[in-house]
Amino acid sequence: MYSRSMEILVGAFMLLGIAALAFLAIQVSGLSLNPSNRDTYQISATFTNVAGLTTRAKVSIAGVTVGQVTAIHLDPMSVRAVVDMSIQKQVDYLTTDSIAAIKTAGVLGDQYVSISVGGAPEMLQNGDVITDTQSALVLEDLVGKIITTLGTNN
Amino acid sequence: MLDHVQRFGHQGLSVLTGFGRAGIVLWQSMWGAPDWRAGPGLLIRQLYFIGVYSLVIIVVSGVLIGMVLALQGYTVLVRFGAESALGQFVSLTLLRELGPVVAALLFVGRAGSAVTAEIGLMKATDQLAAMEMIGVDPLKRVVRPRLWAGIISMPILAQIFNMVAILGAVVVGVNWLGVDAGSFWANMQNTVEFREDVLNGSIKAFSFGVVVTWIAIFQGYDAIPTSEGISAATTRTVVHSSLAVLAMDFLLTAVMFGVD
Amino acid sequence: MTSSWIDIKDLNFSHGPRVILNGIDVSIPKGKITAIMGPSGCGKTTLLRLISSQLKPSQGTIHVAGVDISSLNREQLLIQRRRMGMLFQTGALFTDLSVFENVAFPLRVHTDLPERMIRDLVLMKLHAVGLRGARDLMPAELSGGMTRRAALARAIILDPDLIMYDEPFTGQDPIFVGLLRHLIRRINQTMACTCIIVSHDINETLSISDYMVVLADGKVIGHGEPETVINSDNPHVRQFLQGLPDGPVPFHYPAPDYFQDLELEDA
Ligand SMILES: Nc1ncnc2c1ncn2[C@@H]1O[C@H](COP(=O)(O)OP(=O)(O)OP(=O)(O)O)[C@@H](O)[C@H]1O
Ligand SMILES: [Mg+2]
Repeated sequence: MYSRSMEILVGAFMLLGIAALAFLAIQVSGLSLNPSNRDTYQISATFTNVAGLTTRAKVSIAGVTVGQVTAIHLDPMSVRAVVDMSIQKQVDYLTTDSIAAIKTAGVLGDQYVSISVGGAPEMLQNGDVITDTQSALVLEDLVGKIITTLGTNN
Repeated sequence: MLDHVQRFGHQGLSVLTGFGRAGIVLWQSMWGAPDWRAGPGLLIRQLYFIGVYSLVIIVVSGVLIGMVLALQGYTVLVRFGAESALGQFVSLTLLRELGPVVAALLFVGRAGSAVTAEIGLMKATDQLAAMEMIGVDPLKRVVRPRLWAGIISMPILAQIFNMVAILGAVVVGVNWLGVDAGSFWANMQNTVEFREDVLNGSIKAFSFGVVVTWIAIFQGYDAIPTSEGISAATTRTVVHSSLAVLAMDFLLTAVMFGVD
Repeated sequence: MTSSWIDIKDLNFSHGPRVILNGIDVSIPKGKITAIMGPSGCGKTTLLRLISSQLKPSQGTIHVAGVDISSLNREQLLIQRRRMGMLFQTGALFTDLSVFENVAFPLRVHTDLPERMIRDLVLMKLHAVGLRGARDLMPAELSGGMTRRAALARAIILDPDLIMYDEPFTGQDPIFVGLLRHLIRRINQTMACTCIIVSHDINETLSISDYMVVLADGKVIGHGEPETVINSDNPHVRQFLQGLPDGPVPFHYPAPDYFQDLELEDA
């Protein structure tokens, strides 16, 4: 009813499917098979403005992704935005005086959190908060400022 | 006026009974004890005719669509100096939408219509009745292997489509248009999420596979057993499946990637 | 009379609004060859499909071997059908299987016989219908008559209790008609099975059948031993058996008046 070559071709077809999925997982989505990357610890940072930042945005140090934003919410006391981030376990050299900044990839790209490591002896632990931050650059505000500056100059 | 209402009600009823019959065919053919004596041969045979036979059109169309996407994406992105985002643009478009949808539409034309015509013709030539007379349920013996082969093949074909399309985009974007390979891949890997994009795309492809194959087997099994009946059923398979794929794509997109 | 194998009581069947069978009451004797005759389109094939429960009666009951077959569910019906063989008017061979595999199909799905035994059984049946040499051909490579013969081999491979032949003689050469008559007799005698033959060919049928049912207009117009039926003075039966074009049995499908239809009325 069916031949051996049919069996072989169907087997090859299934393998090709698995290979395609592996290609998409590893080469395209950059999924790491290294399980240590999945061990993370949580820190947060407070900003006066997070305009445009979304959950799952990247957290990077010197352009290398080390974690992602897990939640964004408002602190009712200080009326500042609190950004929760999960950072890979092996990145254990974030000093307590690290600075978090919200930046944009390219002119129109996605927003991400960039952390610059300082020189303090203490390291950030799970649950710590970074307070030294630079908020998102809001384009409208910038344009507004330029216009008023130009206006007063005249 | 009353006439219209009556006709409308009539049509509504016939649509309902159609869905009912289709549901019964799906239920009876999908479940139940596997036919051990027949072995895996029946399924392998159908995987061959439904999956392997669709491979050529999937690969060729995939490469071409990937190349076109790269070309179009490049001409737009280069104006903003953002051509390094080409990888991200191509892969997100493919993984989330174009891959599953185009692969499903190709699958409808290549395999769905063939399944309908084959089952319809078996009905018209009394082969299904003869099988019942031998004491074998055609839903189990004829329809079930085709149903499962379709459900298994569709996600595989969609992933292969995505892979070759991205490779096609690499050829055009990196090798011909000179986008930097490093930033092409890095940008792609930074934005594409495995769960969000690859898995959701696979879920889409799987859902399309179920619905398309379901429509194809039902139209064949329910066809009026004449030449015109079968040709009408084949047409219905293509039309209904294509519309179902596009409508489901919208719904699934809204659920998966919708504003939260 | 011997005990009956099939009992049909007050059977009605309609295709949508069209009534095909209208109040059939008949018993088919066990272990005999019964011929069902009647004009084309009178519902003979439909009756066979009702007996094998491929169609459900609109009204009435059919008992086969004491079992009311319309009360069976799908599984039970499939089991019941293993004891029936049916030769379809079109043959209905599986087009994706060779002649050999077609005939072997019922054995493969219902028995665990070793391959050698299957081979021997299949070749025996193929030999009986004269197609042993055609075993490797595909159905598309057969003539209409050969198709029917291969289908016959498949219908009898499981040695069923009830065999239904839908027009076995049509499209066969005279030599094979003779052989087939012989074969049907022999199958009936050696396997002690009940046979139903649908046919238009009066002489062939009369020569082998033990019992006869004549249908017309959705009703049974005569049944009994062939001699009794032939000699009956029922005008319907006489007309059909003598092949007269006009009489109580209409040759035409129900239609409006001929001249009126051609719009010749005023001419
Ligand atoms: N699916 C159907 N829908 C409507 N009418 C049908 C259908 N199938 C058969 N018929 C009608 O039922 C009647 C009986 O058909 P059937 O096939 O039983 O005839 P038959 O006695 O076997 O004729 P023949 O000797 O020509 O084979 C025919 O008049 C036909 O028009
Ligand atoms: Mg007939």
